[in-house]
Amino acid sequence: MSQRLVEIWVGLFVALGLAGFLVLALQVSGLAEIRQQPGYQVAASFDNIGGLRERAPVSMAGVRVGKVERIELNPESHQAEVILRIDQRYDRIPVDTSAAIYTSGLLGEQYVGLEAGWEDETLGSGDRITQTQSAVVLERLIGQFLTRMQD
Amino acid sequence: MDTARSVKGEAMEAAENRDEMLARVRGLCVRRGGRSIFDGVDLDIRRGQVTAIMGPSGTGKTTLLRVLGGQLRPQAGEVHVLGEAVPQLSRAELYALRRRMGVLFQSGALFTHLSVFENVAFPIREHARLPEPLVETLVLLKLEAVGLRGARDLMPAELSGGMARRVALARAIALDPALMMYDEPFAGQDPITMGVLIDLIRRLNDALGLTSVVVSHDVHETFAIADYVYVLADGAVIAEGTPAQLNASEAASVRQFVDARPDGPVPFHYPARSLADELTGGRGS
Amino acid sequence: MIGAIQGLGRRTLDGLRGLGEAVLLMLRILRAAPEVVRRPRLLIEQLYVVGVLSLVIILVSALFVGLVLGLQGYYTLVDFGAEDAVGTMVALTLVRELGPVVTALLFAGRAGSSLTAEVGLMKATEQLSSMEMMAVDPERRILAPRFFAALLAVPLLAAIFSAVGVFGGYLVSVGMIGIDAGAYWSNMQNAVTVQDDILNGAIKSVVFGFLAGWIALHKGYMATPTSSGVSRATTMGVVHTSLAVLGLDFLLTALMFG
Repeated sequence: MSQRLVEIWVGLFVALGLAGFLVLALQVSGLAEIRQQPGYQVAASFDNIGGLRERAPVSMAGVRVGKVERIELNPESHQAEVILRIDQRYDRIPVDTSAAIYTSGLLGEQYVGLEAGWEDETLGSGDRITQTQSAVVLERLIGQFLTRMQD
Repeated sequence: MDTARSVKGEAMEAAENRDEMLARVRGLCVRRGGRSIFDGVDLDIRRGQVTAIMGPSGTGKTTLLRVLGGQLRPQAGEVHVLGEAVPQLSRAELYALRRRMGVLFQSGALFTHLSVFENVAFPIREHARLPEPLVETLVLLKLEAVGLRGARDLMPAELSGGMARRVALARAIALDPALMMYDEPFAGQDPITMGVLIDLIRRLNDALGLTSVVVSHDVHETFAIADYVYVLADGAVIAEGTPAQLNASEAASVRQFVDARPDGPVPFHYPARSLADELTGGRGS
Repeated sequence: MIGAIQGLGRRTLDGLRGLGEAVLLMLRILRAAPEVVRRPRLLIEQLYVVGVLSLVIILVSALFVGLVLGLQGYYTLVDFGAEDAVGTMVALTLVRELGPVVTALLFAGRAGSSLTAEVGLMKATEQLSSMEMMAVDPERRILAPRFFAALLAVPLLAAIFSAVGVFGGYLVSVGMIGIDAGAYWSNMQNAVTVQDDILNGAIKSVVFGFLAGWIALHKGYMATPTSSGVSRATTMGVVHTSLAVLGLDFLLTALMFG
């Protein structure tokens, strides 16, 4: 095998390996999110976010419109402060839209579902969604069920 | 006695000062696996001469070459090659010294993945930054010296044993070493190849101003070209001298070796009980 | 009784001596690194032998492993209604574990054994010895390029393995079973991070490449110069590399993901 042919094959091999890394980084991992579309931030408070994680999807009418960017605990109100990032193209969401935490499937991950309001005014960057519904926590549900049974 | 030894010592010192001794071994002791291979061996390798190391199989002749080349460290003794004390050298110093040595291994040990040309070019390319045309010229000259210039593009697998050894020889002299060592160069060769090798060893030694050490047990061939011979047996030098002197020697061990007698100081039978005992189960006859 | 204890002691000492030999050899090989950089031709030749020639087995194995992961993953998850998570499962399994480990095991069997056999044979036919006597250090000329080639090739092969495996999972779960493609990729992207998963997997594959190259070359270099010696060295090289990879994988996983 001539030296030149060997070098070409080795070059291809290394290129293939680097391409593998790129594929892993961009297609398989969450790095894809970095090259994200422009969007704006909206805040929402929840009593209990359940199993909601950062980068969980935000959807409206079942269509994905953004993702959860940050989750923090508000030290004064002792509520969970969730920062949502909505894609720029969905900029006509009414200010009285409500946000609730749902579970996809039976054991799936949790996501934020938005239910559209009726106001004309729309949400902009830095606004807050006031009507929120916490995640359903299974133990609470069982507790409620048992209490109701006793009635 | 004392006078004789001191005279000999002075002569030797004088010889060294004139740089007549290319290599010197004093009191060499080598033990491998509990066995003593050498027990106090003294040798002199004189510049410009073909010195032969001979002896029965298993006396450690190849081990001696390994000690000279620094591949084996002796338990005791001095080994001086080209002015350097070999066992004390660091790895880097040893490698620097080896550039001035050439070794022809018994099997030739050519690199099987390289052609004849590439094999001979290997040491040249590794140690000298020469332009390719010059390398090619050098390689062809070395191959011409051993008579194999026409085989330059063959692979080692395509060579006969004798040809492989000649290529290995060309490779060993590629850097014009000061000392050439041959490990059993005649072993298992047909008469023609043997003749070629004998001729080459002597001619190269004289034409290139080499000093050669030939390890062999082929008495006839070696005596034909050696200037000085050491006969080793049982870990010591049992005889030394020119081929003429050895041929005239009366010592039993030398006579057995030179005349190729099957029995003598080196016995035919490996030590065992008497045959009568063995066959009758020790009950006696 | 005394004999058994003495045997144990002797074996331990032999093992330790062997390990010490191996460490010293590795130090000398590492010191030869600048020379390898100065003569890239040797490294490139070896990258071809251990890297390019391993591509076929890596690609085919990765595809099948990915297909099986997708299939088995679906069968297991569908009972929990969580079949949308199959992408996540396939990707994490590959990137964190199977990519580095299976690649290293396949490498040991294919490239590692060929390295051991080649070096062992060169030793048995006195080629290494004659190289020494030509004042060329075989550890620098022969061993170092092969080691660094293994060190570079294994991580590259592992990345290729993981990528192809994920694609295999996609083929089976989206193409064959009918899971939503968007769900496959988006769930996966949510779960796999570059810092925690991909980077740790890459670190593992570098460590495994180091081990595979080291063990294969050491075994060949120290082989008894007979045909049975070389054969034994080749087998032992593959066995020891496999055990070392699996053992170290547990250690690394506990450290990285614990």
